[in-house]
Amino acid sequence: MYKYDAIDRQLINERVAQFRDQVRRWKAGELTDDEFRPLRLQNGLYIQRHAPMFRIAVPYAMMNSAQMRTLAHVARKYDRGYGHFTTRHNLQLNWPKVEDVPEILAELAEVEMHAIQTSGNCMRNITTDQFAGVAADEVIDPRPLAEILRQWTTFHPEFAFLPRKFKIAISGTRDDRAVTWFHDIGLQLQEQNGETGFRVIVGGGLGRTPIRGQIVREFLPWQHILTYCEAILRVYNRQGRRDNAYKARIKILVQALGVEAFAQLVEDEWAHGKDGPATLTQAEFDRVAAHFTAPAYEKPSTSDAGLAEKLATEKSFKNWVDRSTHPHKVPGYTAVTLSLKKHGIAPGDITSDQMGIVADLADQYSFGELRISHEQNIILADVKLSDLYALWQKAKAAGLATPNTGLLTGIICCPGGDFCDLANAKSIPIANAIQARFDNLDYLFDIGEIDLNISGCMNACGHHHVGHIGVLGVDKNDSEFYQVTLGGRQGNDAKLGKVIGPSFAADEMPDVVDKIIKVYIESRHPDERFLDTFDRIGIDPFKNRVYEGRAHGKAKAAQKEAA
Amino acid sequence: MAQLIKHGTATVDTWKTLEIAEGETPESVALPTGDVIFPLAVWQARKAEIISCHKRIGLLIQPDERVEDVAADLDYFVVIAISFPKFVDGRGYSTASLLRQRYKYQGELRAVGDVLHDQLFYMRRVGFNSYALKDGKNVAVAVEAGFSPFSDAYQASTTQPQPYFRRRA
Repeated sequence: MYKYDAIDRQLINERVAQFRDQVRRWKAGELTDDEFRPLRLQNGLYIQRHAPMFRIAVPYAMMNSAQMRTLAHVARKYDRGYGHFTTRHNLQLNWPKVEDVPEILAELAEVEMHAIQTSGNCMRNITTDQFAGVAADEVIDPRPLAEILRQWTTFHPEFAFLPRKFKIAISGTRDDRAVTWFHDIGLQLQEQNGETGFRVIVGGGLGRTPIRGQIVREFLPWQHILTYCEAILRVYNRQGRRDNAYKARIKILVQALGVEAFAQLVEDEWAHGKDGPATLTQAEFDRVAAHFTAPAYEKPSTSDAGLAEKLATEKSFKNWVDRSTHPHKVPGYTAVTLSLKKHGIAPGDITSDQMGIVADLADQYSFGELRISHEQNIILADVKLSDLYALWQKAKAAGLATPNTGLLTGIICCPGGDFCDLANAKSIPIANAIQARFDNLDYLFDIGEIDLNISGCMNACGHHHVGHIGVLGVDKNDSEFYQVTLGGRQGNDAKLGKVIGPSFAADEMPDVVDKIIKVYIESRHPDERFLDTFDRIGIDPFKNRVYEGRAHGKAKAAQKEAA
Repeated sequence: MAQLIKHGTATVDTWKTLEIAEGETPESVALPTGDVIFPLAVWQARKAEIISCHKRIGLLIQPDERVEDVAADLDYFVVIAISFPKFVDGRGYSTASLLRQRYKYQGELRAVGDVLHDQLFYMRRVGFNSYALKDGKNVAVAVEAGFSPFSDAYQASTTQPQPYFRRRA
């Protein structure tokens, strides 16, 4: 993975000093709260419900074991011994003191980590596919260009105070795993006539106004990525709305202008910067790409170290392998997902002890590197098939081997009203109640592949719109209710779920999910996944079952009146 | 009165900015004498008049005003002030970049309004060279520390047209 050189190191050290001074001036009253707020946000520091929340970047999902150990250490020393992995390659600490944050940053800088631009109305952390560089279906490794984009976004002088936050995702696989259709800019690497370039998608986003992005350029040769992004950002910085925070994302601008007019503005702007000094050079690409060379893979041995036998005889091991491994481009290797979705634990949460164990496992089985997925799990990307059994036993002992990745209880979930000031409703207790209801592994496997995503408010940090089942916390007359959507999905055919009807109280949610699953089980053809059945039979059978016997619409109004 | 930072030091501002009071319009407002910074609308409405009676002319650009509209006039201006009504409104950074990089404006480029210590570094990089620091802020500390939190930068900008990757040894 990428190693800092002198300039990278110098800049993050200077960032630590800068933030230390900003905190000092704020404490001394030289900076007002309003003046300090955007500064601390651009360092990932929120003031939250119970305490500050501090968001640390894991750029394009890559980490090494030393970094993971440092996260374990700072969570232990400055927080309560755990952290939370988010849907955008970040680790959040829920209970640090503002005064400690400069020290935390200094410790992170030692291992080439930071919290730069993890929040605020600026360009955020670049995200990508958690299997980048190893996936069997990869066309081009996105990581060198993701690192180049990371550097370009870091302290960009013109775009530090945008109308709203700005998120870029980059993907280089046939199957999109980076949600590129739902980012401010989604970049899909591809090859055309032997040339490498990007399909550029702009104006996607979840949140309050979920919109699928639109293509502004079908093919952009890779050398032009920085000048082209500059053009997009300049158009947005100048013309994006600043009068209403809810209408300030670039998706609203693209919708208002129409994608063709927007694309024309970008092309006109780009005509000035195209082929200028910010055009990437082969030398720079090669310099960065040299950091992402393949590790020293071993030739696959003829013996599988008893793997086939173990798979045949130990069902729980086989279940885990089925759910937790992803095809690797090198024979004899696989990418392993360590689930942070143990039932009863907040999805994405991990203790300092577990972080230490994960770091050890990475050293022992995966060349000392690991990734964070947007599904809030940890990936060991380069595991020998013959090591799977040993790895499973150690992961299981650490509570990291729940075989529910891609299943109903492998829920994506934001921190929700338990922690977050923005939330309308709690999300973690809903996730835990559903996990408790579906605690039978055989049943979970029988239900099969299904994404259940929960957000505690319309900001959609839990990506509920693209869950096969999406749950959104809403506030109705100061009570917490939950709206359910069906049929959303990520990937190449990414689309938004449809709302099934009026929202539910928290204690109804396990029953609601249960009914939805029962409709699927009863209606499915052999080999149909939930989504296939949904696409075939439509939303009505689900709606009818869920609202059966429930007064709603006119009947509910009449009932209310009678009462 | 805002404190002006120029040439790396606190200095006395000799310019006054024409303000359009309620009931006045760009067409009707009386034009003061001396070194005056004129709002863009006044410049557009009274260009000939201003040129005829002012040797040194200043222009004020608001965030929603387009630099393209005065691109042909830049040779008239000794100073162009770009307004930041709130420091979190970042449009002025693009205005400044365009003035310097595309339209090759060479005169004084001044940040006015909610101009604070922690934005000076970015402002300098997009091409500002004078800064009317907000009232009540410590101008000495800003001069000493505000411009240099970072020793270099990755991107191309007005002050460094070569991105870092083209300058790597």
